[in-house]
Amino acid sequence: MIEAYIPDFYRILPEVILILAALGMLIEGSFRKITDSKLTARFCRNAIVAIVIAVVVLCIQHKSGENWVTFEGQIVQDDFIFLAKLLILVGSAAVLAISIPSLAKEQILSFEYAVLVLFATVGMLLMVEANDFISLFVGLEMQGLSLYVLAAINRDQLSSSEAALKYFVLGAISTCLYLYGTSLLYGFAGSTSFDVIGAVIRVESAVGLPLGFIIALVFIIASLAFKVSAVPFHMWTPDVYQGCPTAITAFIAAAPKVAGMIVFLRILVLPFILMYGEWQAIIVFLSFASMVLGAFAALRQTDIKRLLAYSSIGQMGYVLLGVAAGNDDGIQAVFVYITLYLVMIIGTFGCLLSLRGKGHFGVQNLQDLSGISTLHPKIAFILAAFMFSLAGIPPLAGFFAKLYVFKAAISAGLFGLAIIGVLTSVVASYYYLKIVKIMYFDEVPAAPTITFGQSVVVSPEMIVVLNACGIIILFFFIYPNPLLEMAQRAALALPI
Amino acid sequence: MTIGLDHYLIVAALLFTIGGIGTFLNRKNVIVILMSIELMLLAVNINFVAFSQYLGDMLGQVFALFVLTIAAAESAIGLAILVVYFRNRGDISVEDLNMMKG
Repeated sequence: MIEAYIPDFYRILPEVILILAALGMLIEGSFRKITDSKLTARFCRNAIVAIVIAVVVLCIQHKSGENWVTFEGQIVQDDFIFLAKLLILVGSAAVLAISIPSLAKEQILSFEYAVLVLFATVGMLLMVEANDFISLFVGLEMQGLSLYVLAAINRDQLSSSEAALKYFVLGAISTCLYLYGTSLLYGFAGSTSFDVIGAVIRVESAVGLPLGFIIALVFIIASLAFKVSAVPFHMWTPDVYQGCPTAITAFIAAAPKVAGMIVFLRILVLPFILMYGEWQAIIVFLSFASMVLGAFAALRQTDIKRLLAYSSIGQMGYVLLGVAAGNDDGIQAVFVYITLYLVMIIGTFGCLLSLRGKGHFGVQNLQDLSGISTLHPKIAFILAAFMFSLAGIPPLAGFFAKLYVFKAAISAGLFGLAIIGVLTSVVASYYYLKIVKIMYFDEVPAAPTITFGQSVVVSPEMIVVLNACGIIILFFFIYPNPLLEMAQRAALALPI
Repeated sequence: MTIGLDHYLIVAALLFTIGGIGTFLNRKNVIVILMSIELMLLAVNINFVAFSQYLGDMLGQVFALFVLTIAAAESAIGLAILVVYFRNRGDISVEDLNMMKG
């Protein structure tokens, strides 16, 4: 009988590989006398190799299309989760790749950078494959705690530590909300498993649902809205984006948002699907507020990372529009949107990280980009492509992402919200196009300031990632089928 | 009067509210925020243990143990970040957390 209690480690081999790689690097780093940016860069490359191995193992495991439930029902795997894990792993590896050349300049000297990125990645994997509120909690915390430390990794910089403190406090409050909601759910349903809670809600909703379920739902949605930075739980985003070193901002902006959105979708669709009426109203509000604030608050920003923070709040509003639709189209649209969002945000941050001034810091203000097109035409071109794509201008990929979301919203009868989405994307295109205008039509300042991005620092990995992102964004409209098929497979795996 | 599930839930809700108010209304000291967060996490634990006892199910107590361990990790990281912040700023009042605005 003892076999029944041995957990199935073969099923979580990708996570095991990442954990072992992280622990190995932690041990090696601790025994080194000196840690400098060379060691950190090597660790980043090792981490990329570990993630690539994990991706290969994951693909081999899933080749047969097998779904499984393991660890006493805590962890599951299906097409949706498999594709989400793939996105997260690729996103983390890409961010590591674009951050390598700027580690020294951004003063990220401690080797723990790569280790923490790996731990955060494992946390995100656990988040998306969790089928129980306990394993989801552990995943959320593993990701969250790693990100708080990453935000504070630049210990001598005031803005970085202030950002980390704000991130930590608001993240901890969101954890408390999540736990309070979960405790009510446990009390009313007698279990923390997604399946059991869904079944209990099915039985109870026939005779009238107790209020406890609705309160729990509100608490859990509030805490997840913190994670994906939806208004009114977005307060940390601008400060954290602005205060952290750009490489860390890129990491916080990319994979954790994807993981948060996937978890959002899974929680709403698996245990709470019969409370569709209740959660749709909340999601519609979150989506509306995020789209409007993301469009209008970014207009007067002069700091580029702060601007990107408001931009990402707006983008999450569009994704939530797909979630609010709550049908198959909606899930597909969400999947397409977050994939393209990941590509666009990694590409944008890659361009920003490659532009360097003489001082420690890269591009900080929008004006630092003036006249970049004459100095670095390639980077200016690709950054302009990402900006057009984020604004949603056809035929770039961002347009199709928005199109699918609006189509899903209309098919679910959310006409008003879809119209507001179109209008806010018009407003938002102002600040994306402003960046293009600064790059192409402003003069290079005669006396470059110290933060002016005049030199370019790239590495081979970075060129690969930037080119891949650029090609996906520019040529998505010619060959969109792979991504659409992926989204369809994912939507089929999530019963709605 | 016997003490039933309701009483535990009310105490937990009160503690959770006090913790929440403590994090948002406090203007003086970041340490008070960390204490309030601990209070909220422990209120959740009361909920879990009370429900676990009421339902005759061990799962709630297991969850409470998970919450305890992770709360410990969280306060360790919170205090570490606070120390880093204090070294840079020389002050931990909440009102001074305003370098970035907009």
